Amino acid sequence: MTKWYRDNAPITADGLADELMRLKRGSVTRRHFLGVTGLGLATAVLARQPGLFNSTAVAEDLGTQMSIATWPNYHDPATFEAFTAATGVAVEVNVFGSNEEMLAKLQAGGTGWDLFVPTNYTISTYVKLGLIDELDMSKLPNYDASTENPRFTNEGIVDGKTYAVPKNWGTTGIAVNSSKIKTPVASWKDFFEIAMTEADGRTMVHDYQLTTIGNALVSLGFSFNSIKPEELAKAEELLIKVKPHLYAINSDYQPAMRATDAWMTMCWTNDGAQLNRDIPDIKFVLGKDGGEIWSDFYAIPKSAANKAAGYALLNYLMAPENAVKEHIANGAPTTDSRVMKLLPAEVTSNKIVYPDETALTPLEFGAAVTLTDPGRAELMARFKAA
Amino acid sequence: MRAAMNTKRNLVTAALVAPAAAWLTVFLVLPFIAMLVFAFGERAPEGGYQVAFTFAQFANLPTRAAAFWNTLLLAPAGALLCLIVAYPVAYYLAVKANPRYRLILVSLVVVPFWTSLLVRTYAWMYILGSRGIPNLLAMIGIEDVRMLNTPGAVLLGIVYGYLPLMIMPIYVSLERLDRRLLEASADLGAKPVSTFFGVTLPLSLPGVTTGVALVTILLLGEYLIPQLLGGGKVFFIGNALVDLFLQSRNWPFGSAIAVTLVAVVVVVLMVAMRIAWRVAGTRQVDLV
Repeated sequence: MTKWYRDNAPITADGLADELMRLKRGSVTRRHFLGVTGLGLATAVLARQPGLFNSTAVAEDLGTQMSIATWPNYHDPATFEAFTAATGVAVEVNVFGSNEEMLAKLQAGGTGWDLFVPTNYTISTYVKLGLIDELDMSKLPNYDASTENPRFTNEGIVDGKTYAVPKNWGTTGIAVNSSKIKTPVASWKDFFEIAMTEADGRTMVHDYQLTTIGNALVSLGFSFNSIKPEELAKAEELLIKVKPHLYAINSDYQPAMRATDAWMTMCWTNDGAQLNRDIPDIKFVLGKDGGEIWSDFYAIPKSAANKAAGYALLNYLMAPENAVKEHIANGAPTTDSRVMKLLPAEVTSNKIVYPDETALTPLEFGAAVTLTDPGRAELMARFKAA
Repeated sequence: MRAAMNTKRNLVTAALVAPAAAWLTVFLVLPFIAMLVFAFGERAPEGGYQVAFTFAQFANLPTRAAAFWNTLLLAPAGALLCLIVAYPVAYYLAVKANPRYRLILVSLVVVPFWTSLLVRTYAWMYILGSRGIPNLLAMIGIEDVRMLNTPGAVLLGIVYGYLPLMIMPIYVSLERLDRRLLEASADLGAKPVSTFFGVTLPLSLPGVTTGVALVTILLLGEYLIPQLLGGGKVFFIGNALVDLFLQSRNWPFGSAIAVTLVAVVVVVLMVAMRIAWRVAGTRQVDLV
């Protein structure tokens, strides 16, 4: 039953409690908090210095706590609770808004993460910089390479060695509140036009160079991954023209979309599925002119202090019966045919989650070069500073 | 004998100062030196820092002119706005309030500090978002008002967040105000208004300068409020730094900006202290 009459009401006590729990779980709030204070980083580092803040009850090899770095609204909190109940290892969840931010933290060292969720196009860079380990597959009996779709496993394998295994895949499309915006949105060209007209002051773009610049490029008819200066200059011109009309530049767009503060946003599959599930007026569309297809992986940082727990959680997440619960809660499509078999029909028939192959054809995977290209980084900074 | 005593006294002084000096060296001086070294270096191809000696980062500073300009405008403007709101409150607390309840009232100013600014700023996101005040306005027929992610929201967040830091120093300086001076002023025929401007306000100026300096310096590094209440669209130096370290991974340029910011803070601090000394110094001489 929907609680439509409450949709626009002031926040209720329950709602406030939900938000507090969200905060406690470490949603975007924690990301900002960590970013602002550096406290998370500091405590994570300190907590891992043996003998400094250790509890005396360090008994088994898995330890008592571990830390995972991942994306907003990306996991079923019950997964981690169940893992803690099964192993006694508490999971601290750190949430990020871009791969650049994760890379920056890992490069700086001392993150304290034992497992993290990088996106396809970053993995070769992580390997090149020596920031991640080759996975010891003997510790991951629940992973089965033969049931994975090779389209999504390729980028986890560098020089024949497996450095990362896929979590799920997805797309970057447009979430649009159809009760507020009547013009149909079907492409990134439409997105930027409507952002300046019907959705003036109500549109969000990611705080993330890959997608914000990439989709601007696509709307102009260029490649999502372009690093050609003249094409980037056109994208910059468009973004700066659109900026005064934007509601916000933020990768955590669910709260604003749910509150109807924002009516349209760049949106990842899993968020699109969650938003549409809870508020059917919010539609998720793929740009017919292109955009991004992605897969997220699990990898273990070389600097992980509790690798045993990292492997244990990864193995736990690879078990199809656990992965299927994650899938249903978070909404991103699976790469594993064993999980596919366990999914209810209403999930597998959901066109947001499993779009037709023709809708996927124009989409591009992010390229390693866009991650490290200083031109795109500077463009993003100029856009935000404009 | 005398020399021995001096040596002993020096040793005691050194022992007392050592912890603070060590703390400052490890957590302030060394990082600052590291930052200086970075600022003259280069961005490594994959991001981060590589050794070099170049002024290129400083030459690049004009590309962040907007951030510097916004910050240098916002910090004093925010402090001034805080001052306008804070002074009457501090005056009431120190002069007008019933002494019996004064402690309670003062704690009411301080208590919000027990909660993280982050949580309080999130509360403002609800109050200003569609389900907050705009929703109440819609009930009386004013539709589609947007409050969140506007410059007004950023200013409101800043005044809200920094108000106690402005109230407290002013309160402290007014609390020590000698009532006999007010009586003397009245006896000599001054109206309350001229007493305020001739006696009370000048005597509270050290507190005002402290408050303004404190809030201005903190605002120079502000990042959170523009990000959360301004929607990440207004760019301050704090935001530029976060971007450079966390997104572009351009440590040398970030360090150059940070070094420049520190230089600006030092100048602001020196000017503020000069004003404070001048004001406090002359007034105290008058009094004694």
